[in-house]
Amino acid sequence: MTEPRQGTAKQDEDAPPVQTFLRYTHRGAPGLADTVFEVADLSVYYGDYEAVRDVTMAIGRRQITAMIGPSGCGKSTVLRCFNRMNDLIPGARVSGKITYHGEDLYAPEVDAIEVRRRIGMVFQKPNPFPKSIYDNIAYGPRVNGVRKGLDDIVEEALRQAALWDEVKDKLKESGLSLSGGQQQRLCIARTIAIKPEVILMDEPCSALDPIATAKIEDLMHGLAQDFTIIIVTHNMQQAARVSDRTAFFTADVDDQGVRHGRLVEYDLTGQIFTTPSDKRTEDYITGRFG
Amino acid sequence: MTAAASGVVLLTMAAITVFLIYRAVPALRGNAANFFTEQRWDADGTPPRFGIAAAFYFTVLTSAIAIVLAVPVAVGVALFINYYAPRRLSSGLGYMVELLAAVPSIVYGLWGFTFLAPHLTGLVSWLDRWFGWTIVLRYRPESAPNNYSPLTAGIVLAIMILPIICSISREVFQRVPREQIEAAQALGAYRWETIRMAVLPLGRAGVISASILGLGRALGETLAVTMLLSTAFAINIHFTETGGVTFASIIALKYGEAGPTGTGALIAAGLCLFLLTLAVNFAANVIVRRNKVA
Ligand SMILES: Nc1ncnc2c1ncn2[C@@H]1O[C@H](COP(=O)(O)OP(=O)(O)OP(=O)(O)O)[C@@H](O)[C@H]1O
Ligand SMILES: [Mg+2]
Repeated sequence: MTEPRQGTAKQDEDAPPVQTFLRYTHRGAPGLADTVFEVADLSVYYGDYEAVRDVTMAIGRRQITAMIGPSGCGKSTVLRCFNRMNDLIPGARVSGKITYHGEDLYAPEVDAIEVRRRIGMVFQKPNPFPKSIYDNIAYGPRVNGVRKGLDDIVEEALRQAALWDEVKDKLKESGLSLSGGQQQRLCIARTIAIKPEVILMDEPCSALDPIATAKIEDLMHGLAQDFTIIIVTHNMQQAARVSDRTAFFTADVDDQGVRHGRLVEYDLTGQIFTTPSDKRTEDYITGRFG
Repeated sequence: MTAAASGVVLLTMAAITVFLIYRAVPALRGNAANFFTEQRWDADGTPPRFGIAAAFYFTVLTSAIAIVLAVPVAVGVALFINYYAPRRLSSGLGYMVELLAAVPSIVYGLWGFTFLAPHLTGLVSWLDRWFGWTIVLRYRPESAPNNYSPLTAGIVLAIMILPIICSISREVFQRVPREQIEAAQALGAYRWETIRMAVLPLGRAGVISASILGLGRALGETLAVTMLLSTAFAINIHFTETGGVTFASIIALKYGEAGPTGTGALIAAGLCLFLLTLAVNFAANVIVRRNKVA
């Protein structure tokens, strides 16, 4: 009688604190002690079209959260709500609530530009400015009003993005002269340079070859020491390799035949890929989707 | 196919050039003055004395004034329409700019002659007060009672070339990839900072080509300039004083009364204008290529 109890107790001690709650439903993520974002009943509309419906989830601090799901299920749409990039699309609006450290991100008094200065974003296609490597990185700090110590900021950002050694002798050359993988790391460095708390990444490796992809994945592990990362990816192996938690989205068809993105399941990545609780998740990760 | 087509174009151009040179040479031979330094134009006199110095000077001057005034305004309007104006206003404004391009140049000439020039006295006095020390902007009312000056012509030319520069700039700005704009915005850039970093660097080559197109149009403009400059075949360094003549206006003015030598002389002037626009376009190509990517 005593032995199993001891075993249980030992397991609890070794496990990281976030795992002390056993099951997660897709309603938020209970057990996340330290959250950055809490999303409650978020729906996103493009004009009259409700692209994403009723998403509820919480994002853990200094964790890597992956969002996976078939094309068109609203992963990018949800991601772009976290830094209010959707504000820039005419007709786009949200309902429900996203809080950032308890503050309503969409409250009228919140300045979207201020939000974007704290929540950086890396895009699918590497998009350096047609300027020098140095200016690419210094741009963010400059628009944030930083005038002094730019050289150090640039160097530190490039080091953090594991690009310094490759470019330190050609900081004045165009960012476009780099390879695709280097350009993407330049974009990551550019984002790091504004010292955000969160980095959003929308399929950051989909335009890169496997070696460049591996470099960025390595880099992400390191960045998770300092940053909270949310990554959208089509590559399930990538989600499994890099993330702590995974959210699986899919598109449901309603009575009128309209497709809406839904969050199906949100759990520790290990759980999602070994014992998903939803049939649709299982079908998707085993490649039986559609 | 395209090779054949461009061959035909080149041949036609060569034939026209040869013909023009053939007509111009005898007149140039008979010229008693230096064609390049003579300011007066008396091609049918005995002996004929004519030169392009004045025409060259005023053509370049009026076009330069036009470009200096038109480019910033056109780019500003283009940026405003594309990025600042509310959507309804912006389509209306864009349409109005296009309309400006459809106005015939004689209307601009008439407007400049009857409306703009008389209303410019205040402006030129103001320029004289603050910038008279530059000498070129010195203004003496007795030497320019009607303001039919290179400055007036330059302003009218600026308005005429504004639409083409503006609409090409708008197109160029629209072609800036969305990723570039989003990149700047995701870094927390305000609108102007986004434009400065993402839009202007990529649009620069396009704006330069648009300006050159406008410049080409200004250099060759005949009607409006002929109406606005009271013909004077003498170089005058004061931009606001009456008088002046351009290549195009010499040809327009003198063609009707020209004898055989006169016609040849005018053809020579036309050739010079052609060379000038050719040189401008060539320079533009070089600049655009150098500005492609920073
Ligand atoms: N700017 C927009 N205007 C209108 N509808 C949009 C816009 N952007 C996305 N949508 C629609 O919203 C839905 C979700 O799109 P979203 O781009 O978020 O999907 P996704 O999961 O990121 O897909 P993918 O994996 O292909 O990138 C799609 O039906 C899409 O057509
Ligand atoms: Mg997407």
